[in-house]
Amino acid sequence: MSNVELKDFTSIREVNLLRIKEAKEQGGKVVGVYCTYCPQELILAAGAIPVGLCGTKEEPIAAAEEVLPRNLCPLIKSSYGFAATDTCPFFHFSDVIIGETTCDGKKKMFEIMQEIKPVHVMQLPHLKDSEAGLELWIKELHRLKKFLEEKLEVDIKDEAIWKAIDTVNAETRAAKDICDLNQMDPPPLSGLELLTVTWSRSFTADKNEVTNMLETFKKRLLEKKVNRPRPRARVLLTGCPVGLGTEKVIRITEELGAAVVAMENCSGYKTLELLTSQEFDDPIVALAHKYIEIPCSCMSPNAYRLELIGRMIDDFKADAVIDLTWQACHTYNIEAYAVEKMVKGKGIPYLHLESDYSNSDLESLKIRIEALLEMVTG
Amino acid sequence: MISIGLDIGSVAAKGVMLAGDRSFKVVLPTGWSPRDAGHNIIEHLLDVSGIRRSEINAIVVTGYGRVALDEADKAVTEISCHARGIAEFYPEVRTIIDIGGQDSKVIRINEKGKVVDFAMNDKCAAGTGRFLQVMANTLGMDVSELSVAEIVEEKVTINSMCTVFAESEIVSLMARGVSKGGIIAGIHESVARRVAAMAKRVGIKEKVAFTGGVALNAGIRRALGRELGCDIIIPDVCQFTGALGAALLGFES
Ligand code: SF4
Ligand code: SF4
Repeated sequence: MSNVELKDFTSIREVNLLRIKEAKEQGGKVVGVYCTYCPQELILAAGAIPVGLCGTKEEPIAAAEEVLPRNLCPLIKSSYGFAATDTCPFFHFSDVIIGETTCDGKKKMFEIMQEIKPVHVMQLPHLKDSEAGLELWIKELHRLKKFLEEKLEVDIKDEAIWKAIDTVNAETRAAKDICDLNQMDPPPLSGLELLTVTWSRSFTADKNEVTNMLETFKKRLLEKKVNRPRPRARVLLTGCPVGLGTEKVIRITEELGAAVVAMENCSGYKTLELLTSQEFDDPIVALAHKYIEIPCSCMSPNAYRLELIGRMIDDFKADAVIDLTWQACHTYNIEAYAVEKMVKGKGIPYLHLESDYSNSDLESLKIRIEALLEMVTG
Repeated sequence: MISIGLDIGSVAAKGVMLAGDRSFKVVLPTGWSPRDAGHNIIEHLLDVSGIRRSEINAIVVTGYGRVALDEADKAVTEISCHARGIAEFYPEVRTIIDIGGQDSKVIRINEKGKVVDFAMNDKCAAGTGRFLQVMANTLGMDVSELSVAEIVEEKVTINSMCTVFAESEIVSLMARGVSKGGIIAGIHESVARRVAAMAKRVGIKEKVAFTGGVALNAGIRRALGRELGCDIIIPDVCQFTGALGAALLGFES
């Protein structure tokens, strides 16, 4: 791979869709995943292709509301809506779906999704620093392994899991390296470009290939002299997951002359510091230790998220923090209180936004973001 | 140095020109085009002042029509301009509570009139002038009559936060024969409680100024004072505060 450009990431979705279709025709298996808690290594070790399904578009929401309450997080409605209307090709090609009991909305939605496709729901403990929590999680990983073995008719060997661990660790490192480039001033990637890279990763059929792409792209970015003007302000985004289709806060922030230099949310940095340790004898135990560390707001307490945001503010030299909560996401909404206190404690302006996938609040988002930037630049 | 500040609202466009110790004001209906309104204000200001366009050092625009005006050197939000305008006349103010017809805001400022934090509600009618409007209609009154008719001693608590539910709550209170004056006291408390909660989250620092159309209502002023547990100043602001703030920011940039 001699040359990789942003457009290669933009086209990951399309290119891989064709590949996945071909793989399916040759008897390959596809496993749909909704959340970063799903141990993709097990899917890879089973010889199947894991694909990200998280709903980031508004279109299917109306259809979802025929079944789900309106007053529900748009991400859940969008995810379900895609499934119910069969308009997401990745869902369409998925043989089975893996869900987790992260927040209540998702948990109950998965029960209904069962009507459409087999959904295996992992019981995620919400207390990570406890023996019982870890024990449950290890058992749940075993249960997932068994489920995959039965459904996909394979035998998942330890060596295959270790190999998959290597693959995913390498990909995580490569993604983190790209994100870290934005610690530079001016940042080589705009927030939208960064999102394109990190979000598109989850649609790939070949992790090694995407690792190569990320590494080559990084080299290119380092060689290329960036001639961007310094942004009006460096903004750190945190909160609920954002993807292409729901990037309006990033877009508005950058249209106002600032740069979203880093994203702590799921499509961004949240999981990038977490690598599976090779120190354990049992790969399942090793995986359990990694995944239980993910600082999602469904964990209680969730100290690592605050620590991570605090560190990112310093490393990325953030001038302001925007915390985005999708409407009716209680866990991120409530945790905003702690995030606000921590960020303001560091003397940095903080803005909490509550929004949905529609465009009806663009003006009201804009005035808030603009006022935030005025606090930074005067 | 000569600076022009424009505040292009959805109804009226306001302009202030600061030229040494002289100042000029103009207000025009915004009409269909915020761009034309802004342009006309500038022309008017040049006319009345006799100052030439080439002598103007800065034009700063704020308000909902702020982006439409290419003649401006800079567009700034209402939040920053309002803060700067208030600070000019009331330098001791650290917290501004602004309740308008469509939204409410809490703005914390420092001694220079710079915004240090803010919160804004523009999605929900509760805690805005719109809530009062709907409640007054339900009571068969005009909003301007509310504060006179209030009887604080007979205050009933309105529990519903949502405007639609509060409306039916009031209908049933009236059906039970509860005094109008007591209901009004409850309505005022409801708005004050809602806005005070937003203010407390931002953090209140005295002195507190209360602005916006709803500040004309003495009942809300009393209720807000009670909820916040501190004195509030009702600045003698006029509709030009935002434009003045914009003009002052023009000097500073
Ligand atoms: S925010 Fe939490 S529940 Fe949502 S995808 Fe991320 S880890 Fe999963
Ligand atoms: S954004 Fe919040 S409510 Fe929505 S799926 Fe994620 S954790 Fe659940």
